[in-house]
Amino acid sequence: MNPFLSNIDWYDIWMATLDTLMMLGGSLFFTVLLGLPLGVLLFLTGPKQMYEQKGFYALLSLAVNALRSLPFIILLIVMIPLTLMITGTSLGVAGAIPPLVAGATPFFARLVETALREVDKGIIEATQAMGASTQQIILNALLPEARPGIIAAITVTAITLVSYTAMAGVVGAGGLGDLAIRYGYQRFQTDVMVVTVVLLLVLVQILQSLGDRLVVHYSRK
Amino acid sequence: MIEFQRVHKAYKVGEREITALEPCDLRIEQGQIFGLIGHSGAGKSTLLRLINRLEEPSAGRILVDGEDVTALSPKGLRQFRQKLGMIFQHFNLLSSKTVADNVAMPLKLAGKLSVKEINARVAMLLERVGLSDHASKYPAQLSGGQKQRVGIARALATSPKILLCDEATSALDPQTTAQVLQLLNELNKELNLTIVLITHEMDVIRRICDQVAVLDAGKLVERGKVADVFLHPKHPTTQRFVYEAEQLDENELESDFNRVTGLIVRLTFKGEATYAPLLGQVARETGVDYSILGGRIDHIRDTPYGQLTLSLVGGDAQAAIAQLKNAQVTVEVLRG
Repeated sequence: MNPFLSNIDWYDIWMATLDTLMMLGGSLFFTVLLGLPLGVLLFLTGPKQMYEQKGFYALLSLAVNALRSLPFIILLIVMIPLTLMITGTSLGVAGAIPPLVAGATPFFARLVETALREVDKGIIEATQAMGASTQQIILNALLPEARPGIIAAITVTAITLVSYTAMAGVVGAGGLGDLAIRYGYQRFQTDVMVVTVVLLLVLVQILQSLGDRLVVHYSRK
Repeated sequence: MIEFQRVHKAYKVGEREITALEPCDLRIEQGQIFGLIGHSGAGKSTLLRLINRLEEPSAGRILVDGEDVTALSPKGLRQFRQKLGMIFQHFNLLSSKTVADNVAMPLKLAGKLSVKEINARVAMLLERVGLSDHASKYPAQLSGGQKQRVGIARALATSPKILLCDEATSALDPQTTAQVLQLLNELNKELNLTIVLITHEMDVIRRICDQVAVLDAGKLVERGKVADVFLHPKHPTTQRFVYEAEQLDENELESDFNRVTGLIVRLTFKGEATYAPLLGQVARETGVDYSILGGRIDHIRDTPYGQLTLSLVGGDAQAAIAQLKNAQVTVEVLRG
């Protein structure tokens, strides 16, 4: 029996951590970029909203639910041809980002929709009464009012993405999850498993407290 | 000037059509404070929102300063709305923006002024509503009355000619209500601002309105000068509002009537007549004795009024009534 931590190659751990952070940063960026407009669209066309579109909303809703109900591990594999088209590789950080974005965007969009629904309808009415266009209502009233909720949604999504990046390790994405599977699980190197899990835990803690702080900072109620 | 021509509003709920507002004609003159009173669900909120088309009319035309509002294009409608101010029961301020940014919002949306001009105008407006010290606070840090004053400053930012008030004082305590009404009264005079307000409190109408319309189940059942409607309510709904405001109890009055003899009359004094020492004089000259069964003395907007219910005993009652009528007092005989 080797002494504890003897299997640890700190350079490998460091590189894997960087990979995880890059996957997280990149996928979070694209998730917000795509999910925010999608969430706004869901909100606007939703029941009893400004642009209520029953058929369109039902269709969009169905698509979002379908993507969300697909287990991420399946999505990872199904997405491989598409990922190859987008990034040219299905491996490494670049190969992981498309499935991560595809998995997290519908989830994030739903959270954005919920955050927007929390905005007092009276505020939308008051902004309409000022003669605001739809774009102005979204940019000047809806999004600023929903900001704490949207920040909370980004936090939850980021944490979900952390666990998704770990899963992406299965299909050769690299990162801490990959390390945990290949060394910790397949080679029975418990210490590697423990270190990677602790690092992921720390990452989640940092994300959550950062998010909470921002929510408090932007809450004016 | 705002003019409703056969304006009608109905909603479709499933198969059924629900009428929110029956076809109505209405005229609100420039510079007036026009009050709309009704119970919740009477359609007053709908009527108010038809003016700036937050609600679309089902039929009819609405003219504002001669312009047909119902025919505006989406862009025309947005420009038209910039010329109207609106305040709300729950203030509807943006919680994420400071007081100053809330007031600046209509100006920023309109995009006609520079940042410097906007700042100057916002400072001026906050000064006018007495909130200069609170410019950088957030709405959550203000009291209800202060929030409504921010709402008023915001509504007046684009110098509108018309202000729509949606139950603007219903969420405020009586003292704050009085202050906000006072402010609206002053602004009406300073800016020749037309104010259309809706309320369920007759007291609000009595204090600041020139004209009033009473809505009952989507129908305009009574309208006219506040003094006339308030002192001589005709429709049962109007009567109920007035009695509520004055805490009058008809049944109680009725039982009082049974305990006195003689003629029972109701005298209404308005304006200067309110101050004249008339009753004693008439009693002396006609030999009529009187006992007071009920009364109310207050102001309707800036006009003092008094309304007394008397029983007249002995002397020449007809001469007394004639003399009172001569002195511009309205006399109604309740029991001959």
